[in-house]
Amino acid sequence: MINKVIGVSGNMVSVEFTGEASMNEVCYIITGGKKLKSEVIRIKGNVADVQVFEMTTGIGVGETVEFTGELLSVQLGPGLLGQVYDGLQNPLPKLAAECGFFLDRGVYLSALDETKVWKFTPSVEAGAKVEAGEQIGFVREGIFNHWIMVPFHLDGVLTVKRIVAAGDYTIKDIVAEVEDEKGDLHPLTMVFNWPVKRAIKSYAERLKPSETLITKLRIIDTFIPVAKGGTYCIPGPFGAGKTVLQQVTSRNAEVDVVIVAACGERAGEVVETLKEFPELIDPKTGRSLMERTIIICNTSSMPVAAREASVYTAVTMAEYYRQMGLNVLLLADSTSRWAQAMREMSGRLEEIPGEEAFPAYLESLIAGFYERAGIVRLKSGAIGSVTIGGTVSPAGGNFEEPVTQATLKVVGAFHGLSRQRSDARKYPAIHPLESWSKYKGIIDEQKTDYGRSILFKGDEVDQMMKVVGEEGTSLDDYIIYLKSDFLDFVYIQQNSFDPVDNAVEPERQQYTYDIIMDILTAKLNFASKEEARSWFNKVRQNFLDYNGKKWKSDEFNKLEITISQLLADKKIGVEADAEFLG
Amino acid sequence: MQKVYSKIESISGNVITVTAAGVRYKELAVVGTRYGSSLAEVIRLKRDEVALQVFNGGRGVSTGDEVRFLGEPMKVSFSDNLLGRIFDGSGRPRDGGPELTDSMIEIGGPSVNPAKRIIPRRMVRTGIPMIDLFNTLVESQKLPIFSVSGEPYNELLARIALQAEVDLIILGGMGLKYDDYLFFKETLEKGGVLSRTVFFVHTASDPVVESLLVPDIALAVAENFAIHGKRVLVLLTDMTNFADAMKEIAITMEQVPSNRGYPGDLYTQLASRYEKAVDFDGSGSITILGVTTMPGDDVTHPVPDNTGYITEGQFYLRNGRIEPFGSLSRLKQQVNGDTRPDHRAMMDGMIKLYAAYKESLEKKSMGFKMSTWDEKLLTYGDMFEREMMDLSVNIPLESALDKGWEILASCFEPEETGLKSELIAEYWLNKV
Repeated sequence: MINKVIGVSGNMVSVEFTGEASMNEVCYIITGGKKLKSEVIRIKGNVADVQVFEMTTGIGVGETVEFTGELLSVQLGPGLLGQVYDGLQNPLPKLAAECGFFLDRGVYLSALDETKVWKFTPSVEAGAKVEAGEQIGFVREGIFNHWIMVPFHLDGVLTVKRIVAAGDYTIKDIVAEVEDEKGDLHPLTMVFNWPVKRAIKSYAERLKPSETLITKLRIIDTFIPVAKGGTYCIPGPFGAGKTVLQQVTSRNAEVDVVIVAACGERAGEVVETLKEFPELIDPKTGRSLMERTIIICNTSSMPVAAREASVYTAVTMAEYYRQMGLNVLLLADSTSRWAQAMREMSGRLEEIPGEEAFPAYLESLIAGFYERAGIVRLKSGAIGSVTIGGTVSPAGGNFEEPVTQATLKVVGAFHGLSRQRSDARKYPAIHPLESWSKYKGIIDEQKTDYGRSILFKGDEVDQMMKVVGEEGTSLDDYIIYLKSDFLDFVYIQQNSFDPVDNAVEPERQQYTYDIIMDILTAKLNFASKEEARSWFNKVRQNFLDYNGKKWKSDEFNKLEITISQLLADKKIGVEADAEFLG
Repeated sequence: MQKVYSKIESISGNVITVTAAGVRYKELAVVGTRYGSSLAEVIRLKRDEVALQVFNGGRGVSTGDEVRFLGEPMKVSFSDNLLGRIFDGSGRPRDGGPELTDSMIEIGGPSVNPAKRIIPRRMVRTGIPMIDLFNTLVESQKLPIFSVSGEPYNELLARIALQAEVDLIILGGMGLKYDDYLFFKETLEKGGVLSRTVFFVHTASDPVVESLLVPDIALAVAENFAIHGKRVLVLLTDMTNFADAMKEIAITMEQVPSNRGYPGDLYTQLASRYEKAVDFDGSGSITILGVTTMPGDDVTHPVPDNTGYITEGQFYLRNGRIEPFGSLSRLKQQVNGDTRPDHRAMMDGMIKLYAAYKESLEKKSMGFKMSTWDEKLLTYGDMFEREMMDLSVNIPLESALDKGWEILASCFEPEETGLKSELIAEYWLNKV
């Protein structure tokens, strides 16, 4: 079989092949003594167009290409947690040890440590009947029992013919042998490969996401919640704080495993995560945050085709840990760069362009990606989930562009960042009125609706005041404006640099929201706007201090009393529209 | 092994095609025309049809001209001999000096392994309060100046180059006006830093395509100096010209345009240059200051928009001043905690008051009544613009902070500033 390069354009190479080639098959272009990993993305007659995951400089017509017959896959097994990979699962620290400062092309290292010894405990016996995705044993990986499972690609009911005794094994040792229905024997190690572009479906059933995923950000948990197994997106212009929001979420979210896919973004930001996470302690487990994290990092200057693969690599790993009954959060920053990578390839393939030159299949690919999130009941009865949160970087900050629109169609929550709010240093800069969520939050909906209505009315008054000035606004309207400003200032905004305020537990959110509701629903007695303003300033100052105090500490209690006294001074009843709340 | 072909099949814009065998992607060739020879780079291979972009442009190229393939991609000489020299966009001497051919290095090399980067931690002092105090520049940062034609962005670059404490300065000019080129040369010469500067200058009168090489050459040289432990400052002006040159080639190659005619890979192309900014673990660093002129003062134009997503902040230069709103240094938090205890508080506090001044100004222009507070803000805003924002102010950070306290004290009562009481106790100037 002779396969030869016949054309090069950017990172796309055309290959003339004899024999067979399959779509998304991995092949290697051999040039200058190096093998460059590539993926088939179109086949026409005996010519395959392949995208090269490396720089294509120096490739010449007539050079040899090796087809592997395998789809682009990742290695799944114990040892993934705590790793830093590129988009093709090359471990970056190991690569640095081998190649130095630069990412030399054509160097592919084993994703998992092949010499590390794991303590394997079998959970089935010879003769047991198992199916793909079912546990045959486990090893201890950090804080979890890492299930060793029957590879997902084996069909039907399998019989365990042989399984090793508990003991120390590496990932290359055979730990079991299973026989399929046809009588073929399959030796199993602790690792296997899975093609990244196929969803893992070895579970009993998919459930409806209903449990709130706690992020410890007040605006999200209270007003625009995310559910375990749900999806959400964060579109925003540059500088509005998408990445900081993702970083804060990756630290504080109440999940078992976090996978960060830095896709086509700044290397500097990944470095911060890389260097800081090992030092940060997860308050829940008392262990380093890195132990529950995997970083997939394909920054903007790394080859663009690998960027396209990186989100799939990340979601495949997420699904793998979900299969162990864990809750996994995948944070993809940014999906626009992924879409742009597809646009670049589509342009090279000279496909007929859709809107803004994005390919026509953009929507279905975005939908397909987010659909890999979900909460499932496994065959063992355990529940596992993958939650996907993707940032979107719309051109010009305008949400009316194809990637944002295609994403909004398929996600369950929308956290829109606003330039106006970030310019005013109101963080997190999520717009409380434009954003929405279809999931259930941690606070009674009637109460959050009331808060939202105050924000809405306050915004209207604010708009009006810009035209008629403060003196043309009635006292009642002015109080509504002050209430909405208060809610925004002390609850929606949150100081991610404050040691207490940066992560707020749900009990505390529920508790403080009730105090805020008392103020929002109160009929207040003021003689003038000046009096109203100065009273709100005072309450606000106390509340800000209150937010910064440890939950239920003496100072916390003291400030709470001050606040309720301030309220008692001015409260003369309850607003008519809030009476139904009781 | 040099192959010569003497039949050019097609000439379209700055792109020519020849039928040739054994050619490699990105390989260089020399096209000899009757008006002199030019370098050309292979940009597409399709069986035996080779497309090249000609750096001197397609004008005057004849179908019978000779194309000689050099068998290797674009390279540039790297040694200390570069210092003090001036080259054009293809790396040929512009200063009449000898051509350099020792230790040639490839340009546009692979990206740095993120695992070998470190978190930036050193401030670059510029003597400009709007930068040092409010949006501190940090070593290894990549930061563009967003501006419009006519603004003194090149003067600003030159000033920063003169005052920044770095080992080396590399200037990459793309579509630079000849006057501006002379201005840089004279200013750096007068400032006595020419001996540690390297120029790669493509002027507005040179063929457009040649500007495509400038960032890659400048950054390849910078990268090698940085690996040798040097702290390098790279100035790139103006990146919009670079993007426009890419647009031109993309359209000639009949690529599908994505946004306002720019190619779909604009983000990737810009990012692969800006991302060369780096602080190497255990070695030197590259800091990149670029200029991006915004056509029509429109920040949503594809070039500034994509740039903003790539860089670590931006400085808005408008009406000869660095605007405090919109300007941002994403890395300032890494360094401004260890300068002086009042740095962060003054940074936020003064800008908040300046924002309030802007509101009062708006109210005033709409004819609303001015309160005493508004009057105070108006005085403050005026002083702030004159003594902090004006680009002629040239003082170190510490003096700028003192100046800030002076301005506050002459305009407000301490409790009106919203600053913490401990800071006021230490820094507030007692008015006599």
